[in-house]
Amino acid sequence: MPQMTLVQAINNALDTEMARDERVVCLGEDVGLNGGVFRVTEGLQKKYGPDRVIDTPLSESGIMGSSIGLAMAGQRPIPEIQFEGFMGPAYDQLVNHAARFRNRTRGAITVPLTVRVPWGGGIHAPEFHSDSPEAIYVHNPGLKVLCPCTPYDAKGMLLSAIRDPDPVIFFEPKRVYRSFREEVPEGDYTVPIGKAKVVAEGTDVTVISWGAMVFQCLEALDGLPEDLSVELIDLRTIHPLDFDTICESVTKTGRAVIVQEAPKTCSMASELSAILMEKCFLHLQAPVQRVCGFDTVMPYAKLELQYLPDAPRIAEAIKQVVAY
Amino acid sequence: MPIRKVYENSIEFVQVMDEQGVIDERLGKDLLSDEQITFLYEKMVEYRRLDEIAFTLQRSGRMYTYPQNKGQEAAALGSGFALRKGVDWLVPCYRENGALFLHGLPPELIFLHWMGDERGNAIPAGVNVTPIAIPIGTQMLHATGMAWAFKQRKEDRVVCTYFGDGATSEGDFHEAMNFATTFKVPCIFFCQNNQWAISVPREQQMASETVAQKGFAYGARSIQVDGNDLLAVYKVTLEARERARAGEGPTIIEAVTYRLGDHTTADDARRYRDSEEVAAWAQKDPMIRLRKYLEGKGLWNDAKQQVVEDRAKAFCSEIVKKSEGIAKPDVNDMFDYLYAEMPEELRRQKETLRTHSLGQDPSQAGLRSSAASAR
Ligand SMILES: Cc1ncc(C[n+]2csc(CCOP(=O)(O)OP(=O)(O)O)c2C)c(N)n1
Ligand SMILES: [Mg+2]
Repeated sequence: MPQMTLVQAINNALDTEMARDERVVCLGEDVGLNGGVFRVTEGLQKKYGPDRVIDTPLSESGIMGSSIGLAMAGQRPIPEIQFEGFMGPAYDQLVNHAARFRNRTRGAITVPLTVRVPWGGGIHAPEFHSDSPEAIYVHNPGLKVLCPCTPYDAKGMLLSAIRDPDPVIFFEPKRVYRSFREEVPEGDYTVPIGKAKVVAEGTDVTVISWGAMVFQCLEALDGLPEDLSVELIDLRTIHPLDFDTICESVTKTGRAVIVQEAPKTCSMASELSAILMEKCFLHLQAPVQRVCGFDTVMPYAKLELQYLPDAPRIAEAIKQVVAY
Repeated sequence: MPIRKVYENSIEFVQVMDEQGVIDERLGKDLLSDEQITFLYEKMVEYRRLDEIAFTLQRSGRMYTYPQNKGQEAAALGSGFALRKGVDWLVPCYRENGALFLHGLPPELIFLHWMGDERGNAIPAGVNVTPIAIPIGTQMLHATGMAWAFKQRKEDRVVCTYFGDGATSEGDFHEAMNFATTFKVPCIFFCQNNQWAISVPREQQMASETVAQKGFAYGARSIQVDGNDLLAVYKVTLEARERARAGEGPTIIEAVTYRLGDHTTADDARRYRDSEEVAAWAQKDPMIRLRKYLEGKGLWNDAKQQVVEDRAKAFCSEIVKKSEGIAKPDVNDMFDYLYAEMPEELRRQKETLRTHSLGQDPSQAGLRSSAASAR
């Protein structure tokens, strides 16, 4: 089985689905000849031609809005927004249109599109190239929000996303794009939407994370005392959430730490914390803790590593929750 | 007559100095003195060298991403020189450093910005320049609003906003043009059409033959200029400025130029464009043209060039020293500039540098002990 980076696995998923389904088209800024600024679409225009891998004008609203039209008329568009910080102009089309067509037409019109978005910090990129806005799209009904962080999951989940009948946002953690390789099957396989993954099993405390932060959590776990038994959950999909896996784990451990890059207030961590309160209250042995980005604007590169949660910050919270 | 023409217009292309450095007598008359041209040429050399230094800093890991300005200096300097320092305002994107420097922006601020430091945007009072705009096209609306304010207050100020050919595809461009013309605000829309938006050539970016003609849709005065001709750029910008001051509204200027470097240091333009195209445009380098003019006039020679190169070297090392000499920003900087008055929870995060609350919140510790004794 070939070893692939996250970039290669996503590229391979696009290739797999474009070969299988000729309704699939990729479109966005610089995705064609240049293969995308992260090279995720590398080689696809050469293979499938400029009518299926399309360099668009520089317009996120144009990319998103016309993708909606493509989907309404039976294509399977995969728009790319070059960086999460440029979702702004696409926001109205995505949230107010893609997400609502099914409901407002009582199912008569649907929008099966998958928007790919390089996401998150940690790569010393310029301003507006490092944010973590995922919760905004969870808060707005009608979208599915995927945040896989391993090559295997990314390929399988992207294939699920493209085949899903509803609009999906597929966030790709830039920091992980080339950070490691793992075995990824060449052919067709899927990983289901809405299923979390238990990365490490444990009994004392549950750590819940997604995206690039999963690897910071793993690093934190490495530094903890041997006799501390930590269960680590990678959510993989943040909407719809896998309530069963989360609640089973916290019911077992009685303690939870949620780790995310995004600012703390009104975030996914807030939602998860509320869910645990509602569903696991009688099993909790300590207040649920959130290790997050600060409630500040994502700083430029010089300070970004002080902003992002790291292993020591995560380990400290885990120890305090366990000692409570 | 059942069918009649209701609208007709055309775009003029303005060139004052040709590629051999020869000035058109009529258009160039009384435009800029030889002292001024010499001054601008020297600035061009300095800023080109600074641009090259930024590139090498990035390559050696001392700067993060940097977008080179190389080849577009005539557009920046010609337009900047036509605007009144300390009076008019410049609302840039990121490829017109020369204009900003002419208006007093300390060059080390641009370096700091690309070194990943917000202090690069802390523009001193009195320098009428707004920070680099990374999200494409957004700044044009800000410029429109600023110009509108000056009109409302009857202040004699003009705003000039800069953007690329690709930026004219964003909705913000069209909305800004429409507001600016509808409210007739004193704003100049200066497009540096450098033929590329990262890997997308202008012909794939739009079906319109010129960028300038987009202005007609909104009722703006629209003109195209040789962007590598400093004098022509100066001339059309000056005219646009005077029109704006006279209350005649916005002008869109399309400066036809070329990005000689990669899009940024994160880009490799060889992946998508021919080296012959680059080589052909390198012949039209605005610096070569100005030097030819000065030499033709007997105003320039190798000795003078050497003096300027030496000065540029000293200038560059001073800017490098200033931008690298500054201490790393304090982590508190993340928190301190968000609001005039810091919210309570943000203050707690700042003081503890944590977002989880255990171990810091005494009320929770108290609850724990009483809960424990109740058990
Ligand atoms: C809203 C937004 N979308 C995408 C980007 C990514 N991006 C940065 S520069 C650029 C191309 C800009 O082209 P153009 O406007 O012609 O300016 P140039 O870089 O050529 O000077 C793109 C797509 C961005 N910065 N902002
Ligand atoms: Mg351009």
